[in-house]
Amino acid sequence: MTDIPVSDDGRLGEGDLPELYRSGRAKQARAKRNRILSYAAGIGVFVAVALLGDWGKIQEAYFDPESAKVLFPEIITTATKNTLIYTFGAFVGGVAIGLLMAVMKMSSLRPYRWFAITYIEIFRGLPALLTIFIVGFGTPTALGVQFPTIFGVPTAGIISLALVAGAYLAETIRAGIQGVPKGQVEAARSLGMSPSLTTRVVVIPQAFRLVIPPLTNEMVLLLKDTALLAALGTTATTVELTKFGRDAFSINLNNTPFIVAGVMYLMLTIPLTYLVGRLEKRNMASR
Amino acid sequence: MTDAPAAPSSTPSADIPAIELRGLRKAFGDNEVLKGIDLSVAPKKVICIIGASGSGKSTLLRCVNRLEEPSGGQVLIDGIDITHPDCDLDLVRQRIGMVFQQFNLFPHLSALDNVTLAQRKVLRRSDEQADEVARAVLDRVGLAEKADAYPSQLSGGQQQRVAIARALAMNPEMMLFDEATSALDPELVGDVLDVMRTLASEGMTMLVVTHEMGFARRVADHVVFMDQGVICEQGPPDQVLGTPQTPRLQQFLEKVLEH
Ligand SMILES: Nc1ncnc2c1ncn2[C@@H]1O[C@H](COP(=O)(O)OP(=O)(O)OP(=O)(O)O)[C@@H](O)[C@H]1O
Ligand SMILES: [Mg+2]
Repeated sequence: MTDIPVSDDGRLGEGDLPELYRSGRAKQARAKRNRILSYAAGIGVFVAVALLGDWGKIQEAYFDPESAKVLFPEIITTATKNTLIYTFGAFVGGVAIGLLMAVMKMSSLRPYRWFAITYIEIFRGLPALLTIFIVGFGTPTALGVQFPTIFGVPTAGIISLALVAGAYLAETIRAGIQGVPKGQVEAARSLGMSPSLTTRVVVIPQAFRLVIPPLTNEMVLLLKDTALLAALGTTATTVELTKFGRDAFSINLNNTPFIVAGVMYLMLTIPLTYLVGRLEKRNMASR
Repeated sequence: MTDAPAAPSSTPSADIPAIELRGLRKAFGDNEVLKGIDLSVAPKKVICIIGASGSGKSTLLRCVNRLEEPSGGQVLIDGIDITHPDCDLDLVRQRIGMVFQQFNLFPHLSALDNVTLAQRKVLRRSDEQADEVARAVLDRVGLAEKADAYPSQLSGGQQQRVAIARALAMNPEMMLFDEATSALDPELVGDVLDVMRTLASEGMTMLVVTHEMGFARRVADHVVFMDQGVICEQGPPDQVLGTPQTPRLQQFLEKVLEH
């Protein structure tokens, strides 16, 4: 920093800064000033909120220990458990539908391609809530069918979420399959493997590794979307987290149940999101 | 649609070429890459194909097992035209081993599983049988102790030798090599060439695309120089590499030997 070189021809004096350094120092000074201003603004807002807020009231309305206590253990043993059942059920169904649609969309037979495209466009284009209503309310009424239950929860919600997730996962899985290098297929075919054998033992296993991160991401989205099932009306034993919080809220109109339910979601979603990041990094490294 | 093909024979006889190309053509859109290639490879012979980048060497090789669909002409394997629509390509490819420039090992499988997969799934060999064959061929390429390693844990030269073992495990009658050493660090080329030389000396029929002029000179029975989609010059290695007739080949050899 302090060693300012003097050019050979001696045109620059000892204390005479070259243009490169003068400009650099000016930029650093400006950056420092901006940093200080940013801190000052942030601290100002923070202090204002701290002074103006009615903290006693806020704590009572959002973080009331008594209202929190009564939620346990049902919020875990029933609500969180049901949320997980809805999520995994929809995920497994969604992956199955997605795989089928992905394969159909890549089929050499045009009707299959059309079917897959239509399916994907419809269920990606509709609001998830509408799909939930059509499956959950409309279908039993119209066709007189009753959806079975698994693990003590009705499957209508699981099916509707799986239909939606399947449409998104179809594209994810297709991208994974097409991400497997062409040379892999050529090597397999050159050994006499048939196209379907090649797909099963060479392409799918490799595609699977590529799609684990986006698949996990879809699981996070599904976990949050199970909140939409509150709209189907659930019973005390089939309730999921958001509806559970909503019901507890109505008892004494306190916000705490929502906050606790939120914490439950975050305890599930944050580790999963973190995992996605890790898996993505690992995939990058192995390429 | 074809000249009456010779009766199928399970034991290739000396007078029927293992591989024969008749007027082979291939175009990608408007780009004519192969413009009528006639070439014949007798059983147990080694043919090396040399030529500049883009001259169509890989395309020719890939037409031999129909990884690339010829636009015209015929490809005969042991006297049978495999461009015939009735031909079962999976069966043809079992008899023709292929080694790629980029190895193309299956990254999700160990070296051993790379070598057993097609044996089990295509030839329907039992696990024990496939395992035994795999260990034998891995030993042949000098990698017996690497059976459990995954491709990512192997050097390029080792990966390529596993790829050769994978092809050999199918007991192919002939082998195609597409620049098997071009993606390797110079110090690893020798190991792979040694394996190929041994194979040749054991009587394997080989069609080899290569830039290794030393290998071509020492191992090939016949050298083919390709230029812009046609065979420009061919003959015994000493003649083609020693006394090139066409200016094209002279230029090519000068360029290659500069390095
Ligand atoms: N799948 C393809 N689609 C379109 N053009 C192709 C395809 N494969 C090859 N070509 C073209 O065919 C020509 C010959 O390619 P080829 O790979 O056979 O050459 P090569 O002699 O093997 O060259 P190199 O020494 O670089 O491997 C090139 O001009 C290439 O661009
Ligand atoms: Mg090539």
